[in-house]
Amino acid sequence: MAQRIGKQTLLLISSPSIIGYAAVGAKQEKIGPLAGYFDYLSDDSSFGEKTWEKSEIFLQKKAIELALQKCGKKEEQMDYLFAGDLLNQCISSAYVARELQTPFFGLYGACSTMSESLCLAGMFVDSKLAEHCIAATSSHFCSAERQFRYPLEYGGQRPPTAQWTVTGSGACVVASSCKAPFLRAVTIGTVTDFGVTDIGNMGAAMAPAAAKTITQFFQDTATKPDDYDLILTGDLGFVGSRLFERLMQEDGYPLANIHNDCGLMIYDRSKQDVHAGGSGCGCAASVLCSFILPQIACQRLKNVLFMATGALMSPTSTQQGESIPGIAHLIHLSAFPYQEEVK
Amino acid sequence: MTKQKYAQWVKEESPNSKGPVNISKAFVSGGLICVIGQLLIFLYENLGAGEKAPVLASLSLVILSAVLTGVNVYDNIAKHAGAGTLVPITGFANSMVSAAMEFKTEGYVVGLGAKMFSIAGPVIVYGVSASVLYGIILVIFG
Amino acid sequence: MDMMMLVKAFLVGGIICAIGQVLIDYTKLTPARILVSFVVIGVALGALGWYQPLIDFAGAGATVPLTGFGATLAKGVKEAVSKDGLFGAFTGGLTGSAAGITVAVVAALIVGLVCKSGEKS
Repeated sequence: MAQRIGKQTLLLISSPSIIGYAAVGAKQEKIGPLAGYFDYLSDDSSFGEKTWEKSEIFLQKKAIELALQKCGKKEEQMDYLFAGDLLNQCISSAYVARELQTPFFGLYGACSTMSESLCLAGMFVDSKLAEHCIAATSSHFCSAERQFRYPLEYGGQRPPTAQWTVTGSGACVVASSCKAPFLRAVTIGTVTDFGVTDIGNMGAAMAPAAAKTITQFFQDTATKPDDYDLILTGDLGFVGSRLFERLMQEDGYPLANIHNDCGLMIYDRSKQDVHAGGSGCGCAASVLCSFILPQIACQRLKNVLFMATGALMSPTSTQQGESIPGIAHLIHLSAFPYQEEVK
Repeated sequence: MTKQKYAQWVKEESPNSKGPVNISKAFVSGGLICVIGQLLIFLYENLGAGEKAPVLASLSLVILSAVLTGVNVYDNIAKHAGAGTLVPITGFANSMVSAAMEFKTEGYVVGLGAKMFSIAGPVIVYGVSASVLYGIILVIFG
Repeated sequence: MDMMMLVKAFLVGGIICAIGQVLIDYTKLTPARILVSFVVIGVALGALGWYQPLIDFAGAGATVPLTGFGATLAKGVKEAVSKDGLFGAFTGGLTGSAAGITVAVVAALIVGLVCKSGEKS
């Protein structure tokens, strides 16, 4: 049963495991440095579907199917599906849930949704409300572009601080097991807004939320950055990562050496025209499920703080001149369950 | 951490647009589009179009832009050219054609038909309104 | 063929576009606002009678940028008002620019029907 410590942190005492996980991507991800770790990649970003929305649904469904396959489970065994995406009214996840017929919680946390869904899945399994839960998110460059920005063929220029929405999805099956990776603790973040209004600079808008959540986690658990092998933020990109590290330095938690960002890992910024890096729900999800979880499973990484970050604006709020609120949820992933280390 | 201080940090950490490079690219590409326009004017003049030649040249550029947008090329040029492909009449055409292609999936009326004007609409609204204002001024003072 | 005219078209057209790029990079104006500004400025310059000399000087360098579209609106209004008075103030703009708008609409419809947007590379 989860135990609350400090202000915002829950220790998952039974330490649920991620027993199955899969990452799916498309063309841009296929030429990125993590391509070899993905479970499924396609050169055709439409996946043969007629609309970009359908393509994204295909993407998320594929990730869930592969995650189930890899742990030998069936969708009927799943008690809950926690899923979200970037599209209005979360349609990608809803349409995936329509096919799966698993009890469904639709989530919106912008690009932080993978953390949100994994937190909730872990909490449900830890408190025995469920035996098996799926946590999944997806994003698609084309469906996001047409909803948030301009038509794909529109001749616009992206500023150097802009990020590239990942066409990808990641899915995790969470259940009790004796195998790593384990979910040890979660910190649910607060919405933080430092007044950034530039939608071409989302990393800057999200960095303060990330800094606030992780500082809270260190305080709640009385730990420090050195206790972890990797601090992995979701999609702060180049600009946001620099700002995050500066904020942490100022808070007295220097972590430049152990911090990395999914948005910087998924693409090679020197070769791919992605400006400040990757973003989108599918960014953190696919990097986690492709590159990070296997390393925790084989104990190459022992303790990882995974923190997907989200920018909670909409085109409407932006046009009305509102600044961009950020959010970040943190999950402590470990190669060892909670009890083992206590002894 | 105050908002002001953070805004300062954001400014320090954000790479600037490559101003001089972008401006030169926009200058050259925009200039070249106008040269094509001028060549078309010469062509139509030779064909005997007379004073209609500049209009015909602009219309040809609109069609050229529509075709390049249709074959998924215009945005790749515009990525480098910036305002060089935005400010000429070709950019106006691209904004209509790209939206028409993109939102076709939402239907031919509320998708293609309506969204075509999402960027070009305001241009017509404010351009025409400004011209009406000018007309009224002409009537009163002219 | 008048080589000088081509050079002038290149320079004037290029400078107008470069001004647009300065606005994009240094003012964070969105492209839609820049297009609107250019057309309205074109109407104003046309109304003041300053744009026609530029067209005479640079040809396509002045007619192809959107400021030229604005100047066409102003020119249409001026001609219509001199013919029809107040009525002309409401017909002149669109009459002058009718061909441009119509061709753009029809081209967008046809290309929109035929072609599909693709992923950016």
